Amino acid sequence: MNPDRSADLSAEEWDRLLCLTDKSRLTACLGYRLEKRGLMEGLPEAVKTRFQSAQIYSHYRSRLIRWEMNRLQRALRETDYQVIALKGGAYLLLNLPFAESRLAADLDVLVPASDLSMFETLLREKGWEPEKLSEYDQRYYREWMHEIPPMRHRERKIELDVHHALLPLTAKLRVNSDLLFESAIPVEGSRFKVLCPEDMILHAVIHLFYDSDLDTRIRDVLDLDELLRIFYGTDQDSWVRLLERTKQHGLERPLFYALRYCRQLLDTQIPEEIQLDKRPGGFTTFLMDSLVPKSILPDLPEEKNRFNRLARWLLYVRSHYLRMPLKLLIPHLIYKSFRGGNPSH
Amino acid sequence: MKIGEIPQNEIGIMLKSPRGLTLEVGPFKVRVKTRNNYFPPFLQKLYPQFPVLECPSLSDFHVFLDTPVAWRRFIRPQVIFRENGDKLFEPFPANMCGPLFEWGWNWCIGTRAHQYLILHSAVIEKNGIAVIMPAYPGSGKSTLCAALMLSGWRLLSDEFGLIRCDGGIDPIPRPIPLKNQSISVIRDFSTDAVIGPLFPKTRKGTVAHLAPTERSVKQMKKPATAAYIIFPKFHPKTVTALKPVKSSYALMKLATNAFNYEVLGAEGFKRVARLIRQCECYNFSYSKLEEALPLFDSLVS
Repeated sequence: MNPDRSADLSAEEWDRLLCLTDKSRLTACLGYRLEKRGLMEGLPEAVKTRFQSAQIYSHYRSRLIRWEMNRLQRALRETDYQVIALKGGAYLLLNLPFAESRLAADLDVLVPASDLSMFETLLREKGWEPEKLSEYDQRYYREWMHEIPPMRHRERKIELDVHHALLPLTAKLRVNSDLLFESAIPVEGSRFKVLCPEDMILHAVIHLFYDSDLDTRIRDVLDLDELLRIFYGTDQDSWVRLLERTKQHGLERPLFYALRYCRQLLDTQIPEEIQLDKRPGGFTTFLMDSLVPKSILPDLPEEKNRFNRLARWLLYVRSHYLRMPLKLLIPHLIYKSFRGGNPSH
Repeated sequence: MKIGEIPQNEIGIMLKSPRGLTLEVGPFKVRVKTRNNYFPPFLQKLYPQFPVLECPSLSDFHVFLDTPVAWRRFIRPQVIFRENGDKLFEPFPANMCGPLFEWGWNWCIGTRAHQYLILHSAVIEKNGIAVIMPAYPGSGKSTLCAALMLSGWRLLSDEFGLIRCDGGIDPIPRPIPLKNQSISVIRDFSTDAVIGPLFPKTRKGTVAHLAPTERSVKQMKKPATAAYIIFPKFHPKTVTALKPVKSSYALMKLATNAFNYEVLGAEGFKRVARLIRQCECYNFSYSKLEEALPLFDSLVS
């Protein structure tokens, strides 16, 4: 939807649009984008109030994440663990303009694999507790994915996810964490580092196009669009750096999808000359072209669409196939379908 | 057009239609859809004065009072509350559709309307002066609020003090839920009391709702300015008395009383502080309504 049309929307169109943005937790984000373009002033009062309320709540979530980073920093005071803040935490640390409207959900950090178990012990000593999980889920995290379950401090609401790798060890693609730490950038005034811009973007790329089921994940595409705009814009050299780093990590295929759908869905300005050597085949691309838009955008409750549900299910299977070998995947899918509910992993 | 002007079976038809029925209550528009047959009479009894809006319009809440699974329409029928498609609570028996709507909508307002500092308080107004009564268990706030409303006070709300950024309070004069003995107390208190159906055996005992007065609904777009914050406490054997409290005490009590104080952050503190500065704050103990009411009248005369 062209933002300049926002002044012309009818009440009904606003009603539908805001229901969709509420559903995909994007109301604050849309408000931010309209404000940036100077289009907020001309909108009806009732619409402005919705954006205002969503922004207030989003700022609150950002505050909670900042405080969690503050408390984590305090807990790490007498240690020398290298910790990289990822995603929302990183965007807030860098004060990226879109960070406050993202409705950040939890805090993700990266530590070297060798430090992981001692890090977990330290967190527990300082009051963080692992989420109460079933035995199956504990095994999923520890034995299969080689991660620790999400942690949450006794006194607070924010979930802390400690990673040692950007992708599960069982996944077909691997990102070398040593390279990430080598290029990590310190943040002034903070104990945490952040990934270099290329790695930050690639993380967002694989987070969406490799590690997720894409279900109503349009918000992640919006993040990518913002990151590309902030770090690269139209600077040809920067794009070359991105391509080189992509090759270094072996992530051409997810980047291909990311650039393709950013262009298609959000009209992200990507230089025409950017070409990737390793692309998926024509049929795969065609398949993804038919599934991704159906899955990635939300549906209105009364317009639940059978095709979109099928697309989402297929992409859900895909995301697990990419993460786990078949011998783990099939029993996992069977178990999940019996347990029902909305799968989080 | 008002709810009370529409025949009940037509209300049922509108609620069942794809567009549902959109009500305007105070600053909010709520679109409701349901096939539940207990809901139209509940709506008509307790919301007769409220305007029904032309569909389509921009609504703040999209409520669907749905059946959990198809067979639950026939065997021990149940109803669930959905907002924007999300199921929010465990099912209720189908005949408790009314209370489920009220409680569900309360939760939606308390967790979404962050343009306001939302106090968990009753707010009433007379002679241009508003009184905020924060809610605590055992305060008897609802009974007191109901009696005041039936004695010439305007009801802004029994549940929500919607504090705007300019310090004013926006009305949302919805039905007042009464529990157990309060129901008969209020029924005996005034012949003007319009009380909806009884719902026995809820978590809070027997619940019934008192419709807001016409005066309250007519002025639902008119904000008010508070001059008093009164913390009521009902006790059967106490002397009726107003005792002033320190501002610092009142500030802490009001801040912890708000639903979304944390969400608003520094702005929440500013709005509470402004209220404390502009209002006189009291603890109020009482055992008899007939003693409480004249005292309140004296505050605003």
